[in-house]
Amino acid sequence: MADITLQNYTMNFGPQHPAAHGVLRLVLELDGEVVERADPHIGLLHRGTEKLIEYRPYIQSVGYFDRLDYVSPLSQEHAYVLAIENLLGIEIPERAKYIRVLYDEITRILNHLLNITTMALDIGAMTPLLWGFEEREKLMEFYERVSGARLHAKYYRPGGVARDLPRGLVEDIAAWMKTFPKVLDDIERLLNDNRIFRQRTVDIGAVSTEDALDLGFTGPMLRASGLPWDLRKSQPYEVYERMEFDIPVGRHGDCFDRYLVRMAEMRESLKIMAQCLEQLPGGPIKIADQKITPPSRADLKRSMESLIHHFKLYTEGFHVPAGETYAAVEAPKGEFGVYLVSDGTNRPYRCRIRASSFPHLAALEAMSKGHMLPDIPAIIGSIDIVFGEIDR
Amino acid sequence: MAILNLAEREEALRDLLDEIAPALGDVLLETAVVRGELTLRVQTSAIQRVLAYLRDQPQCQFKQLIDLCGVDYPERSERFEVVYHLLSLKHNQRIRVKVATDETTPVPSVTGVFGAADWYERETWDMYGVYFADHPDLRRLLTDYGFEGHPLRKDFPQTGYVEVRYDDEQKRVVYEPVSLRQDWRSFDFLSPWEGSGVLPGDEKADGAAGGG
Repeated sequence: MADITLQNYTMNFGPQHPAAHGVLRLVLELDGEVVERADPHIGLLHRGTEKLIEYRPYIQSVGYFDRLDYVSPLSQEHAYVLAIENLLGIEIPERAKYIRVLYDEITRILNHLLNITTMALDIGAMTPLLWGFEEREKLMEFYERVSGARLHAKYYRPGGVARDLPRGLVEDIAAWMKTFPKVLDDIERLLNDNRIFRQRTVDIGAVSTEDALDLGFTGPMLRASGLPWDLRKSQPYEVYERMEFDIPVGRHGDCFDRYLVRMAEMRESLKIMAQCLEQLPGGPIKIADQKITPPSRADLKRSMESLIHHFKLYTEGFHVPAGETYAAVEAPKGEFGVYLVSDGTNRPYRCRIRASSFPHLAALEAMSKGHMLPDIPAIIGSIDIVFGEIDR
Repeated sequence: MAILNLAEREEALRDLLDEIAPALGDVLLETAVVRGELTLRVQTSAIQRVLAYLRDQPQCQFKQLIDLCGVDYPERSERFEVVYHLLSLKHNQRIRVKVATDETTPVPSVTGVFGAADWYERETWDMYGVYFADHPDLRRLLTDYGFEGHPLRKDFPQTGYVEVRYDDEQKRVVYEPVSLRQDWRSFDFLSPWEGSGVLPGDEKADGAAGGG
């Protein structure tokens, strides 16, 4: 019999692939249909955000954070403004804190809806996408009503938020919250006991608790692997310590558990939002120090001092005391952190962005080794990656 | 795992520092507790040992490498700082460890201590050109294939050196030196009367005024 030499073959997955959730080039080495090696090539969306931030006054960089993970913009702005507020040593008004928490949770639902439904789409379920995106549209309307933009809100500012909630918004959010659990129930009924969905996700890409720690997992990825760790509980910022909610935890750390954790988190987010709306105090939405926050439009027409403040703030910006700080928030995808080094001028000396899904994608090879090729989209879907954030 | 306020957190970090300082001995160069954050500056060659110690000691338990990044200070003799952020889930604490290096001195890779360090070190190599010794696969991560230079260094221009476009005649993407349609504008918004600089027109008066 003639000698037969078997050879693994290498395949390119992406950079333009509908199941890659963006521009991911994945070089796969396959033995038949079994993945031997998965080497992600990233950076196709690298825009040098960290470099750009070093060249701009602090307030002008808030918009860059919307464009990192563009499905959860406000959580990232939150980390950035927290870092600045930390260095400035300021405390924002109560109402602003509640508004931030409210919008953080809206952002979380926005993100999870996109992730869960597109993951289901990747493995063959089309309907959840259509249902989920209808709700996303309603949530983006809440974004628009408060900031004027559906996606890139640029709503949080150092010292508070940009403007107050418009009249009627609180009632509309409350009304939406009554209808939303029904959508979650529908999605769960479609997916939870769906034979195809389970076959594609249960025991796929399982990560043990030890591995999850070693690989630097945070957020839903870590919780799905069995650790009840949530920065909103353990290192609460704003008013999270007053909120009552549970941390959903998975057991197996596989794709299915990650899906379940995210589904449960959306229900917890609803609880937090309800408490926010209930406790929402009146009062100012940004601090009164006009060296940091702009004066009102009406003052600008009458007061010379306000005019000068306004001009100074939007040209020179404010000076941040020299020092360094690391501020982290529980973004929907995991811990999102900003390491800010200030040299005392109006521009950051260094602004390091700790992207939440970066270590998750780095662990793709560890998760996918030994799995079949069709499991790769399921794993990519379940780790919830967005390239704006990974490539920065 | 109690949630502490700022003062209690700083107290806890000082206690932690008192415990680990004797064990680390003279590899520990500088320590600081500022704004509830603990920073250690350690010898570059000892970074693996320090991180493994912080990970394994029962009073530390910093099991997670949250972040690893570079910072560039061109005026220093060792111009790069590599900053490690660790998180202890058990004690709910964070710690920041820093080492210094220059363009040629390698930093020992900590991929053996934390699996998460792999991509972070690749990124730092890509962005700053800090070389990590014994890294299993130190390739560029974020920049283009065949990219030259390290873009986050302070002496790398914000515009970069090359730009790409699709050439319709050659039917391929071509690389060309950057040409700006308009002069590069870098505004200096720092008001002269707030900084330490000399006011415009005052430079002649310097010295001559004699304390006036």
